[in-house]
Amino acid sequence: MKDSAINKEGLSRIDGRLKVTGAARYSAEYTPAGMVYGVLVGSTITKGSIRSIDTKAAEKAPGVLAVISHFNCPKIPGYQIASTEAGKPEPKGTYKLFYNNKILFNGQPIAVVVADTFERALFAATLVKAQYTSQAYQTSLKNNTASAFAAGENGESKRGTVAAWKTAPVKLEQEYVIPSEVHNPMELHSIIAHWDAEDKLTVWDKTQGVKDTQDGIANIFKIPKENIQVNSKFVGGAFGSALQVWPHEVAAIIAARVVKRPVKLMLGRADMFTSVGYRPHTWQKIGIGATEDGKLVGISHEAIGQTSTYEDFNEEPVSVSRSTYACPNVNTNYKLTALDIGSPTWMRGPGEATGAFALESALDELSYALNIDPIELRLKNYAETDPESGKPFSSKYLNEAYKMGADHIGWTDRSPKPASVTKDGWLIGYGMGGGMFGAYRDQATCRAVMIADGTLLLQTAVSDIGPGTGTAMVSIAAEIMDIPAGKIRFEMGDSSLPYAPSQGGSSITATVGSAVNDACKELKEKFSQLAGNTETPDYTKILKDHNLSKLEVTTASKGGDNMNKYAMYSWSVHFVKVCVHPTTGVVKVDKVVCVADSGHIVSPKTARSQIVGGAIGGIGMALMEEVIIDHRYGKLVNNNFADYHIPVNADIPQIEALFINKPDPYINPMGAKGMGEIALIGMAGAVANAVYNATGKRIRQLPITPDKLIGINQSAMVNGS
Amino acid sequence: MSDKKPCKSPDNEVLSGESRREFLKKSTLLTAIALTPGVAVKAAEGQWDEKLAGVFEKMLLHVEVNGVKHSLMVEPRVTLLDLLREQLDLTGTKKGCDHGQCGACTVHVDGHRVNSCLTLGVMVNDKKITTIEGLAKGDQLHPMQEAFLKHDGFQCGYCTPGQIMSAVACIREGHANSEGEIREYMSGNICRCGAYPNIVNAIQEVKDGGQTV
Repeated sequence: MKDSAINKEGLSRIDGRLKVTGAARYSAEYTPAGMVYGVLVGSTITKGSIRSIDTKAAEKAPGVLAVISHFNCPKIPGYQIASTEAGKPEPKGTYKLFYNNKILFNGQPIAVVVADTFERALFAATLVKAQYTSQAYQTSLKNNTASAFAAGENGESKRGTVAAWKTAPVKLEQEYVIPSEVHNPMELHSIIAHWDAEDKLTVWDKTQGVKDTQDGIANIFKIPKENIQVNSKFVGGAFGSALQVWPHEVAAIIAARVVKRPVKLMLGRADMFTSVGYRPHTWQKIGIGATEDGKLVGISHEAIGQTSTYEDFNEEPVSVSRSTYACPNVNTNYKLTALDIGSPTWMRGPGEATGAFALESALDELSYALNIDPIELRLKNYAETDPESGKPFSSKYLNEAYKMGADHIGWTDRSPKPASVTKDGWLIGYGMGGGMFGAYRDQATCRAVMIADGTLLLQTAVSDIGPGTGTAMVSIAAEIMDIPAGKIRFEMGDSSLPYAPSQGGSSITATVGSAVNDACKELKEKFSQLAGNTETPDYTKILKDHNLSKLEVTTASKGGDNMNKYAMYSWSVHFVKVCVHPTTGVVKVDKVVCVADSGHIVSPKTARSQIVGGAIGGIGMALMEEVIIDHRYGKLVNNNFADYHIPVNADIPQIEALFINKPDPYINPMGAKGMGEIALIGMAGAVANAVYNATGKRIRQLPITPDKLIGINQSAMVNGS
Repeated sequence: MSDKKPCKSPDNEVLSGESRREFLKKSTLLTAIALTPGVAVKAAEGQWDEKLAGVFEKMLLHVEVNGVKHSLMVEPRVTLLDLLREQLDLTGTKKGCDHGQCGACTVHVDGHRVNSCLTLGVMVNDKKITTIEGLAKGDQLHPMQEAFLKHDGFQCGYCTPGQIMSAVACIREGHANSEGEIREYMSGNICRCGAYPNIVNAIQEVKDGGQTV
């Protein structure tokens, strides 16, 4: 009998009860015997070197067990290689904790204090005093674009004629800027590290991938990865910030080694702004031209993103211009500028969200220049095959998504003339923007065990940072095995389980879902063979008849040749209605409709929440999120939620999430494509376009804060009268 | 510098470990005289060692958490949040900022919602605390917990205990009379996954259902 909950609405979260009762334990919420606390001390200068660190007062403070810095840190074997060739500069790579006396960014951890209680560690950390030799530093992207260098393989690309847009009858060229944004998951990054033996380690760690964390720690500490147990049963959000082993994790592991006790280290919120990456501040310039009837002639897209001095972090801000629309001539150029700031990292949507803000804004600007409806302009340049590779798409129903979204937002209410609609003293505007992201299927392995009492146990080492991976996996298994979801137990977040990749790049449902699918089918087949028929087997009866306590399979699963034959993408389109106050410049998002073309929707209820959540992330990007650095000191000044604004409940209206819900025939057995990134990509452009439609003012520098709209009162009066 | 007195940096104003301890010893000694038998006072006077100082840096706290009475010795600087999480193993109450800016640590003190990160443990002497672990009646979930499940009012679940405690209080306070009012009075609880519309729907359902919360 099928569970009635697996219907159109989808399953409620399988771990929901644990989450609403407070029983779900996140990484800082375990208490191994003898556990003590670590607190990091950050550099107060931005660049230079440490002359000395006075740790005496801290060491004498009550309860303190150790103060560790580069002066007394045990050698970390993984740091000692690579820098061997004399005279050559240190190869670039992730930041090495307590490695030498160099300060590379403000807030860089210079010491960790370990004490028997959190309060004692926190207090003692304030007693650590360092003497520095300061050097001149650069933290401004704007002042340093001249030193930008090509972003590796993503650096330069051209299709057709370079700068062909300049020859078009209707054209424009504009610059678009996004500030750095910080992931800020609600759960602070935390780890508990415990050495079980000299070369055997257990960690409870916030990570998007227990296997990658296991590999990362093994590489740093040069111990066999089988000796490292990584637990991450519940992850309180991450959005890309937990895809690598960060210095605070290394600090806790070292501290546990030094004090020979388990060490818990939880970052403070301020540390979250400097220690676990961010979406990089990026400058972009787009030149775009079209024929008078709206056919694109050419696009030129340049980007310069910031990175750190020690690591070249690059993503894909300009790729959207090559792949989104059918355009014969596209040239892109992507550079990096190294600044004395910590490294950026992937943040939801990553570079594609940055790029889509610029491209979707430029398309909107072009639509007004052409006097063509923005949706019509996109349909005129609809790509039927992948413009970059020429390959057919595995599936694409974006044109249906445009229509569905337009109907639901009430697009016909939009005036093509900006600043022409007011209601109750507010200016009203509509905007739209689209997103696309590669649909990937990686490899994963799932163990499926049918137990005598009819419970199906599924095991794979995936993490769930929030989208509801377990719920989606159980939905897939229940469907195939034809058993109630309540009879299925899904185990994950444990590095001893069969391989699954990190949760990132919108690929987990496609990847791990396929492994669950394949394992369940194999298990079912095994039962059918035992029973000698092909009907849906009575699992408990067959086990009993054959005197078996369980039957299990471990199935590895990966994509085939279809990945090469087809261009695989997920698409989204976001529609936004905004109200802008003409005097104060306040923007209120009044209505949002998002449509996702991401194949078959495996878990409708959680999928809807994922889209809504991504849209809200996009609203934050559009209207409020901005890292502010005081370049006089190289210090991030708004490192808290009072000064770094993210959307709160009062900022967000009801959001409609709609799905095309047509399976992709080629990507995987479920026909499911990824959704995490496209939920956000394109949203910031949609909001900016709506603000323009409402006010006649084009904001090309995010976030769209009221100060940037001051003065619209007058222009609105002129345009609107 | 023209001033005779050099500017004092904030760092210099931090009490050193020793002076802080001296201060606490003296002040807690006064409390100790009131609270503890004379023999311990004598020991304290005679022996200022670290271990004993540790004891006297603590204060006696009587508090009822989820219906269970506790008598604890706590340092005055320990927040209610850390007391719950680190000493009582009630990890359902979440730490998100330590600055009262995110609401993840929301609990009820004598029925009112408070940020437990901005509340010192010693401030809740003789008070009744309810945390997320104390909301359900055995296996029977509180209507707000049921509504959060039904409306999928969360993703990662980390802000959820705070949201639920806040949501219950929001209705009790009479601040859930419209969608707009709920949004306003729930804006002290940040959800980075973006479950706000679902949270509002959950609260409205419970409010409209008229159940006692």
